[in-house]
Amino acid sequence: MTMMHYEPYQTEDGRTIGNTLMEMKNITLRFGGVVAIKDISFDIREGEIRAIIGPNGAGKSSMLNVISGFYNPQDGEVWYKGERRPHMRPYQVARLGIARTFQNIALFEGMSVLDNIMTGRLNHMSASILDQMIWWGKAEREEVKNREKAEEIIDFLEIQAIRKTPVGRLPYGLKKRVELARALVADPSLLLLDEPMAGMNVEEKEDMSRFILDVNDEFGTTIALIEHDMGVVMDLSDRVVVMDYGKKIGDGTPDEVRTNQEVIDAYLGVAHD
Amino acid sequence: MPDQFIFAMEVTLNGLMTGVMYALVALGFVLIYKASGIFNYSQGVLALFAAMTLVGIQEGRVPFSHLINAVFGTEVSHFPWNSVPGFLAILLAVVVMIALAWAIQRFVFRHLVGQEPIILFMATIGLAYFLEGTADLMWGSEIRTLNVGLPQGINTLIDETTYQWFGYGFFIDNLDIVASVVAAVLVAVLVAFAQYTKQGRAMRAVADDHQAALSVGVSLNFVWILVWSLAGIVALVAGVMWGSKSGVQFSLSLIALKALPVLMLGGFTSIPGAIVGGLIIGVGESLFEFLVGPMIGGATENWFAYVLALIFLVFRPQGLFGEKIIERV
Repeated sequence: MTMMHYEPYQTEDGRTIGNTLMEMKNITLRFGGVVAIKDISFDIREGEIRAIIGPNGAGKSSMLNVISGFYNPQDGEVWYKGERRPHMRPYQVARLGIARTFQNIALFEGMSVLDNIMTGRLNHMSASILDQMIWWGKAEREEVKNREKAEEIIDFLEIQAIRKTPVGRLPYGLKKRVELARALVADPSLLLLDEPMAGMNVEEKEDMSRFILDVNDEFGTTIALIEHDMGVVMDLSDRVVVMDYGKKIGDGTPDEVRTNQEVIDAYLGVAHD
Repeated sequence: MPDQFIFAMEVTLNGLMTGVMYALVALGFVLIYKASGIFNYSQGVLALFAAMTLVGIQEGRVPFSHLINAVFGTEVSHFPWNSVPGFLAILLAVVVMIALAWAIQRFVFRHLVGQEPIILFMATIGLAYFLEGTADLMWGSEIRTLNVGLPQGINTLIDETTYQWFGYGFFIDNLDIVASVVAAVLVAVLVAFAQYTKQGRAMRAVADDHQAALSVGVSLNFVWILVWSLAGIVALVAGVMWGSKSGVQFSLSLIALKALPVLMLGGFTSIPGAIVGGLIIGVGESLFEFLVGPMIGGATENWFAYVLALIFLVFRPQGLFGEKIIERV
């Protein structure tokens, strides 16, 4: 089996959507007797914002965890950059250039905002231990470069004022933003966002939506995000996968999905047989 | 006739030196506690194991010779080369400690990921007894003298200088001075490692949040092996210092008990804290013994450190340098 290739195209707002970056083929994930994901296939293309939506318990987070290596599916194949990805641990997936955030926020609470963001650059450090200890040669150049990148992201996400603040003291909305910064600073090929707007008020949601669009636009980052608030997602994404009870019930542009009868039923709560 | 004040100065200096030795042991605790939340009861035994391994290698002994002789009816005890030079023996001992770190992670803690701290603590108690037994089985249980060529005995320079100044020569052991220098270098290296290197930052990341560490590409397993290796190497340094001072024997593992009050003072999560805590305990117990000891029958060094730690627990439970416990309500 090979990956599907599409022609790159321009979106209405002038962004380029490229070839398939990641493809999930017939993924099935079980926890004991419970089937969390049932035979789902979909792809993510370079430069697009791809959303996975669905009601609570639909298996969205499980899908994101499969992509990021936190869960390993019993069946199915994960293809990334044209190659089948073998069984991998989360840290190995991260080293492939797939960065992520978490629904419940996983930050280093004891570190400052800047230190948190700098951990996102760990895989961009290759100087020898001795050089790093005395800030010598390559180590110094790398450190300067990493620091510049971190500052760039800090400016971009407008968190200059809290750079030195310990993350444990920040309010929820800002923590979400710091987590995004840490993922973004790694220069990821694919950025996974697990419910980036969960628990936010309207204003914070608008901010976060703007940042997601800007990240995609400015850095050309491919983004896959999960959300159960349908309204937000429709405005953000290029294409949407809809899940319900572990199955895929819709896949396409927001307009296509919106008119899909199965999707409407799932969201309006039609009784399941 | 020198007055009390000059005596007190000498006592303080010696206390500082002893404090450095306590700090060396406490350091090993801090390293593991910071990175994995495990309170490592076996740190003292690790020092004993390291020292015995070093002596064993240096004397060219065959490891497990009693066992081998009992099973195969042979008479092996020493390798043909009989003795190994000090620095080479130390290098080999470091290799053994790293291998041990790998084994501890692979066979014990890898299976206990995500368990309650009390369970991890119990595992380290088991580990302590296992290591103690293994050390005996490997190298025999008799008391050894350790000599890796460190200078010992009274420092004549300090003795003469202080004699000129005060008319009374201070007794400071050369070994204690070496220990202080080594400890200072060790701490500087460890701090530089933790602050500036990729591996050190990964270590701090794992200490803080496993999930987040994984998501930035840090292998938990690698970091834990690294941490146990560092703790093993620190144990080796402590083992060399204490072993040179008072011989390599079982009681070496009991110095870990003195590290407890040091940690309570300095904080379980702070490398500088371990040093300062060690110094306070070292000076505190020497001065207390010197000033108050004679009035209450002496031997206060046995309990002073623990009482001081208790007082600290009441007023500053996180220690002097420990991370302040922040709770959002």
